[in-house]
Amino acid sequence: MTVAVWLALPLLAIAALGCLVRIVRGPTMLDRAVALDVLVATLVCALAAEAELYRHRATLVIIVVLSFVAFTGSVAMARFADRAPDEEGAP
Amino acid sequence: MIGTVCDVLAAVSLVSGAALTLAAAAGLLRFADVLARLHAGTKPQVLGVLLVLIGVALRFREPRVLGLVAVAALFQLMTVPVSSHLIARTAYRSGTFREDLLVVDELADGRPTAAREADHAAGTDSP
Repeated sequence: MTVAVWLALPLLAIAALGCLVRIVRGPTMLDRAVALDVLVATLVCALAAEAELYRHRATLVIIVVLSFVAFTGSVAMARFADRAPDEEGAP
Repeated sequence: MIGTVCDVLAAVSLVSGAALTLAAAAGLLRFADVLARLHAGTKPQVLGVLLVLIGVALRFREPRVLGLVAVAALFQLMTVPVSSHLIARTAYRSGTFREDLLVVDELADGRPTAAREADHAAGTDSP
């Protein structure tokens, strides 16, 4: 199990870095919304890996809550980025 | 005996879930526009999270943890389609995607343009 976690956590770290690059670069707000979703999923996986390694249940409730509320940021960004084509302003 | 088998299976699912999350991030970086990145950011991501949660359930083997894991997986499966649908809709309607990458655009007639929006605001368009 230690070997598996030591394999999985660097993969998750590289994935999180990739999401960060997309958040910084992403030409529109919606790219950043998608990347944030993936970043939170990576966080859920990392928390689960740590709970598996040390066999404690303390962080599992955080995983449940993160799964539920992580999408509200993306939904809010999607709602506020909706502009008719002739209007000024970001996405 | 069965404890060791379950632990090995949990380790395998954890590593494959992490690899799938890495694939999701790689797709996010490499794909060309928002709509393609949505593919990358939802499908392998959700499968990766589900595999990792299966690994947690196999590792702990207790009913309370199984319940928590099932609830987290259910929430993940419910919320990702909603958020990706809204992002895709917003991207399409505001035109912030690359049209040259589309093969077929079945919704081209309904896309909001300035003329149609003015028509709709004045009430002179047909339902």
